[in-house]
Amino acid sequence: MSDATQSRDLEAITTAPDRRPADLQPAWRQDFPIDWPLDQYVERRDFVKFLVLTSGALAVGQVAIVAQNWLRRRQGRPEMRRVAALADIPVGGSLLFRYPGEHDTNVLVRLGPEELVAYSQKCTHLSCAVIPEPDKNVLHCPCHEGFFDLRSGAPIAGPPRRPLPRITLEVRGGEVFATGVEYRTS
Amino acid sequence: MAVPRSFTRAQRAVILGGMLGFVLTVVVLQLWLLTATTNAYLGGDDSLIVPAAVASVLGLAMNVGLLRYAMRLERRPSGSA
Repeated sequence: MSDATQSRDLEAITTAPDRRPADLQPAWRQDFPIDWPLDQYVERRDFVKFLVLTSGALAVGQVAIVAQNWLRRRQGRPEMRRVAALADIPVGGSLLFRYPGEHDTNVLVRLGPEELVAYSQKCTHLSCAVIPEPDKNVLHCPCHEGFFDLRSGAPIAGPPRRPLPRITLEVRGGEVFATGVEYRTS
Repeated sequence: MAVPRSFTRAQRAVILGGMLGFVLTVVVLQLWLLTATTNAYLGGDDSLIVPAAVASVLGLAMNVGLLRYAMRLERRPSGSA
């Protein structure tokens, strides 16, 4: 037996998955020998590496939410802003307005002479625009057939699980003002 | 953390299998945590955001520690052939 054979690592000998000796393996396996246990070990090790990378991405996501929340708190409450004259909105009518930012569209609905509600127009499922349907007492999201109760903004059908953010309103001297945004989980 | 002795390849495969199960469980927990935290954040509830981030970073630290240990397992101890 040569020195090279004697110094060979016995663990590095190929063992096929069926554990039969090399002579009994099919020709293709003899022509292309693979160290199967090592192959499986390396696969597992690489999968662990990939999972740790995924774990890092998830942790970064959590930290990003902390940063976003810090920025949101720093901005504080949005300023009060005039939306429309009350006389311009008929009972059963609706109005679109932007608040607090220029890209935050909201929908205001006049349910009765003194009853007004306003919600963010972004559906809490995938941010499609919701459409008020006062005759049915719902807000309808046509993208995935989501429905919200018009009086509370709570989801009543379809995929949305969170209520629509409510825009708090105030009526002063015949003028409607938006005073803040209420985010809700239930 | 020093590896006390050289493991055989079969032993290392078993250790790595155990690690894989543990790391996979932690990743699934982190995924659930991120989903729940995102839902709470979008709903205006920020009471759980920091504890969830701490838990997720701790999970990552455990996973990285295990991966480092797995890397050390493959090194032969000094003095061995």
